Amino acid sequence: MRTSTGARAGQYVALLAYLVFLAFPFLWLISTAFKSPRELGSLHPTWIPRHPTLANFRQAFDEQPLLHAALNSLLVALGAALIAVVIATPMAWVMARRRTLLARAATGWVVVSQAFPFVLVIIPLFLVLKHLRLIDSPAGLVLVYVVWSLPFALWMLVGYVRAVPAELEEAAAVDGAGKLRTLVSVTAPLLAPGIVATALFAFVTAWNEFFFALVLLKTPQHQTLPVVLTHFIGAEGVADLGPLAAAAFLATLPSLLVFALIQRRITGGMLTGAVKS
Amino acid sequence: MRSRWILVLVVGLLLAGCTSGGGSDSAKGRITLRFQSLAWQEESVTANKELVKEWNATHPDVKVEYVQGSWDSVHDQLLTSFEGGEAPDIIHDASDDLADFAYGGYLADLRDLLPDRLKSDIPQRSWETATFGDGIYGVPFLQEPRVLIANATWLKRAGVRIPTPEHPWTWPEFRTVTRQLSGDGKYGVAWPLKEPVSATLNLSLSAGGELFHQGADGKVTVRFDEADQVVPRTIHDQADVDHSASPTTLGSGGSDTLPGFFGGKYAMVPLGFSYRQQIVQQAPKGFDWQVLPAPAGADGLTQGVSPQTLSIAQDSPHKKEAAAFIDFLLQPKNMVRLALGDWMLPTGTGALKDPALHTTKDDWSTGTALATDLTSAPAQSVRGYPEWKDKVATPAFQEYYSGAITLAELRKRLERDGNSVLARYQR
Repeated sequence: MRTSTGARAGQYVALLAYLVFLAFPFLWLISTAFKSPRELGSLHPTWIPRHPTLANFRQAFDEQPLLHAALNSLLVALGAALIAVVIATPMAWVMARRRTLLARAATGWVVVSQAFPFVLVIIPLFLVLKHLRLIDSPAGLVLVYVVWSLPFALWMLVGYVRAVPAELEEAAAVDGAGKLRTLVSVTAPLLAPGIVATALFAFVTAWNEFFFALVLLKTPQHQTLPVVLTHFIGAEGVADLGPLAAAAFLATLPSLLVFALIQRRITGGMLTGAVKS
Repeated sequence: MRSRWILVLVVGLLLAGCTSGGGSDSAKGRITLRFQSLAWQEESVTANKELVKEWNATHPDVKVEYVQGSWDSVHDQLLTSFEGGEAPDIIHDASDDLADFAYGGYLADLRDLLPDRLKSDIPQRSWETATFGDGIYGVPFLQEPRVLIANATWLKRAGVRIPTPEHPWTWPEFRTVTRQLSGDGKYGVAWPLKEPVSATLNLSLSAGGELFHQGADGKVTVRFDEADQVVPRTIHDQADVDHSASPTTLGSGGSDTLPGFFGGKYAMVPLGFSYRQQIVQQAPKGFDWQVLPAPAGADGLTQGVSPQTLSIAQDSPHKKEAAAFIDFLLQPKNMVRLALGDWMLPTGTGALKDPALHTTKDDWSTGTALATDLTSAPAQSVRGYPEWKDKVATPAFQEYYSGAITLAELRKRLERDGNSVLARYQR
């Protein structure tokens, strides 16, 4: 069925509007990061700063330990992403391939677990971690992020596993491969785009997370980037806008970089031609 | 093979990074206190850190560790810390946030902990802001009045009388002046009323409006009397009758009004005294601004405030040492440093005499002259106030100021709906 020229034009306009909608806050953030306080107080703000300055970046770095906080965030987010994927991959395989009661219950748990808001679990979680001596410990935070991102990671990966033809695993079994060998040597490589996408999701979730980090980490040396960013905000929501925008801009860069680097892996059609239908 | 090594390296790095380091001071017989500060402006953070450093240099047996907190999330963060027994020893907060913690038994009663010097330095009206039941649960140390920040050139050109703390405008006079200053798409005033309740209630004290009244049975009820109506009516009439107040800023925060103020759209903006710091930073070169006292009513310039406070966690094993640190931090000369860093007023009578707070530069002297008129914000210790504020008063005031409901309807909502909320907390 051919799409008419008008409909095609409408699709492009909608796509453009969506892109503008998505990009606007980020572009405004960049613009703000390079403006002087005087320009930020202007009645007629401009997209391009009239007198671009790096003073906000200097002030942000002078006032807060941004690099140290970024390193903390990176370690915690990488740890959470890695562990979540290592746990979720075999679990997703079982849930996708085995139609048992346990697999169905696990799928139900995945859905239900998404319904709990942070505030509902934070105090019990705090007490549990305190008992385990994991308060004020990045390891404790990694544990929380793994648990928090696991249901969605599972849900994502189950979809990817189902897309891998079972015939390939059966062929491996015929050749004498055991379950673990099949998972590691046959299924996992085909799942690579899904695993990368899931790891990315877990990484970005942990990288951006604020509330757990705020509550669970006490020592300034352990604080992650989102927590440190709030130090630019004062009473009644008054913010030190320039340095806050500069720091927030820097905080978005790793996520953007990771997306840019692995975008092709996510969208690549690795399964093309795997089996003849 | 190479990817396996990379994996091992990453895992090793993560484990190394995730392992908590640090030794224990208690093993060396040294006490360590954690001081969670909410200072956020550059000068204020510097002042706090310097004071901690000075304390540590002169008190080798009691080390204070500076922990940076955030105003944005302090309530939830403290609540969780208290529940988990991990709260900082010394807690920086504001008096209107303390009620739940004080009644919940999380904060130490400071009456027997603080030295007489500090008790007598801070006036009784300030202590009342941190008094809950019979106890005192915070040391109020910084506060700010709401003032009018004015475009001095505009006011001079219009030829209006410039008010002073000795001869302020009355509320009717203020309305007349803003009418006189308005026209051609410009407004005499821009009220930033994103949080309309605290602004209205605090300013209403000048007209004698108390709103919350305690009966003989000890129960508190809301009564929206004539005195309570002076300030809301003035704001409403400026915005909806005279059109001398910008209708677009009624839902804005204080910072949002500044571009319009600098751009010559508004002659005055009612803001906290500390906003001067932003104005100094952001005002265009040559922009002449000045601080004027808020209008006065039957009770003069009286205004409600919720000062910043320092408290001690009930669970702290070193309350005496924590109180000694608070006493050090709030020595008059140190309190002045903290006040200058935050662009606010100290509560201490000794600190208030410091010449640095009586200079005309950035109109410090105008604010300092208002210090004696600052009293406890109404209702901050009334149980159920937060719910009353969020569910009843905020929407009611917002609708009234935007012209959607009448004064009678506002009264009905504040009293009828409000009292039913408060009643639930006072059974």
